[in-house]
Amino acid sequence: MPILELQNLKKYYATQKAVDDISFSIPEGCIFGLLGPNGAGKTTLLRMITGIFYPDSGEIFFEGKKFNPTDDIAKIGYMPEERGLYKKMKIGEQALYLAQLKGMNRHDAMKKIKEWFVKFEMESWWNKKVNDLSKGMGQKLQFVTTVLHNPKLLILDEPFSGLDPVNSNLIKDEIFKLAKNGTTIIFSTHRMEQVEEICDRIVLVNKGKKILDGSVSQVKDDFKEHIFRVGFDELPAEFESNSFEILNTRGNFLNVKIKDGNKPAQVLQEFLDHKAPINSFNEVLPSLNDIFIKQVSHINNEKI
Amino acid sequence: MNKIWLVIKREYLTRVRNRTFILSTILLPLFFIGFIFASAYFSATSMEKQKVAVSDSNGIFKNSFQSSDLITYEFPPGVTADNFKEKGYSAFLKIPDDYNSSSDSIALISTKQLGMDAEDKIRDQINTAIRNQAFLRNNIDKKILDSINNVDEDRLYNFRTIVKQGNKTEKSNAALSYGIGYGSGFLIYITLFIYGAAVMRGVMEEKMNRIAEVIISSVRPFQLMLGKILGIAAVGITQLLIWIVLIVLLSSVSASFFSADALQHAQAMNGMRAAANSSAAANFMNARNVFLSANWGLIIPCFLFYFIGGYLFYASLFAAVGSVVNEDPQEAQSLMLPITMPIILSFVIMATAVGKPDSPIAVWGSIIPFSSPIVMMARIPSGNVPGWQILVSMLSLVIGFILTTMLAAKIYRTGILLYGKKVTFKEMGKWLFRKA
Repeated sequence: MPILELQNLKKYYATQKAVDDISFSIPEGCIFGLLGPNGAGKTTLLRMITGIFYPDSGEIFFEGKKFNPTDDIAKIGYMPEERGLYKKMKIGEQALYLAQLKGMNRHDAMKKIKEWFVKFEMESWWNKKVNDLSKGMGQKLQFVTTVLHNPKLLILDEPFSGLDPVNSNLIKDEIFKLAKNGTTIIFSTHRMEQVEEICDRIVLVNKGKKILDGSVSQVKDDFKEHIFRVGFDELPAEFESNSFEILNTRGNFLNVKIKDGNKPAQVLQEFLDHKAPINSFNEVLPSLNDIFIKQVSHINNEKI
Repeated sequence: MNKIWLVIKREYLTRVRNRTFILSTILLPLFFIGFIFASAYFSATSMEKQKVAVSDSNGIFKNSFQSSDLITYEFPPGVTADNFKEKGYSAFLKIPDDYNSSSDSIALISTKQLGMDAEDKIRDQINTAIRNQAFLRNNIDKKILDSINNVDEDRLYNFRTIVKQGNKTEKSNAALSYGIGYGSGFLIYITLFIYGAAVMRGVMEEKMNRIAEVIISSVRPFQLMLGKILGIAAVGITQLLIWIVLIVLLSSVSASFFSADALQHAQAMNGMRAAANSSAAANFMNARNVFLSANWGLIIPCFLFYFIGGYLFYASLFAAVGSVVNEDPQEAQSLMLPITMPIILSFVIMATAVGKPDSPIAVWGSIIPFSSPIVMMARIPSGNVPGWQILVSMLSLVIGFILTTMLAAKIYRTGILLYGKKVTFKEMGKWLFRKA
């Protein structure tokens, strides 16, 4: 059963269709990437999932039941892209307040806060004010306040922006740990290298519409251009081929594109027939970055 | 509900623990009381003892000037305007020879200003003396004259105003109801601005710090807005109660501290009846009785109702304005205008209503919820507001604040998440009629 299912969600503003008929579902326990360029409608979508906005039409199902913001938001943790904390409030009190707003009682909240503060080496911060923290420290606090109540669905909007590599890794590890323990994570970003590293599944939205949906490997597979990278001890002499064409040469490697209707084995066979000294043969899959750019610019061009 | 309570608690505690709150709450009444007593004390004690030499060759005043603690009159021979200082006098009062009150002038000569009070007292002595002499010249018996002069006006007769309404009579005191009406109307006017602005700043802070989005992924925007409004209301009530307790406490403590002595000085300052042997305590009791004669049983509950009702009516509007403001404080100014205008207008109506509590503008102003919190409080102390008017006014205020809160919530929920765009009134109007 998917933890979250969106059916034909629509949200129109006066001047634009922020979310225009988007449907997808997120299986429980996966790390899900919500991708899209700036202004694609990601934030509006997330705000509907967190109960901040009501959709104009369409349905959201949470854990198989119709989404009821009043009750269900206690099971959701949301870290918006623009970080926000009360600047003049003490850090401990602030974490406690936010946890209580999520429905935790004081005792449990205190226990959890202490656990996380120890884990992130923040114990000594308790009586400090947010004003006194650096940006990175504020980020860590923001992350802690988002996960304190053990949400079943964790929504992170650009969680690594402003973090140094050490703290980035710290948080990345925690995300993996949470996912392993069954938390479903929606990860919204436009930084593709992180998506490839972290996400199981992705949805790509642009201009309020969904343009891609699937597991990372599936998407890559769908967009592969049958390009292979062939390695040689020594480059063979050129010959006419029926099964492929050579795109370019990189040192002792050839990038070749298989012609329609042919199989990789035929390519190999042809090289072997020409006694070429092959030492490697790999398919080149497109990076998500390439797919992203291609899809987004493709659609943008179409509109123009 | 539980979540609104959490928000209220946070709003309340962060404000009440704030140093400026503690300082302003405790220092203001201290300052207020201190100011009153210090000025009374200083003006009472700063009056130096004066020794006045009177040159009265015809002996007109010799028997009528009465020395007091502060001013002693002596009639030494040989003191002139040139040597009174050397002879130890602080002033010299020169009555011309063959004094004729219509053509001659009496001169008071001193090396430095004697001060208003001393001068008043000396003139008072002269007035009394001249009047007495006029009476005596016209064959009025001296004994009768003395007995009349020694009567305390307040004990000579009692004065009260009675307002008849149907078969109901009530004691009333115009000056007192004016004072209470104006005072409470003014207090509500000021607090609307103070606490309204606090709500607006609070909302702006949440929007600027971007915490709003985090919070409203946990609570409904309406809960956040209402929690803030109620939390600040609780702060306002706390502050009001502390002020009342402190003022009552401090004034009774300082009253007993200064007690008879200072009061007498303060009274002496008033000049008029100082010489008369009216006791300060009697005057004090008198004032107290007049004060207690006001219908406090009605005034206090009404004040609390209109204080809270008026705040609730306007606070949500202030919250709505706070939610649409971006970084620019100038923007807040112009957006606040539609809220501040009716409040200021209410104050103007109140100033009229307090003098004419039954004029149509006062009646209407006290019923329409935009102005009723301020205007009604100006009318109630007069004691002749029909019960139905109070009822209608209260009811419409309750309906009014429910309406403003609902409308403001619609602006608030959109505005709080909207950044970097200047919002016009037209757009806000659209938000009002849009489904969530």
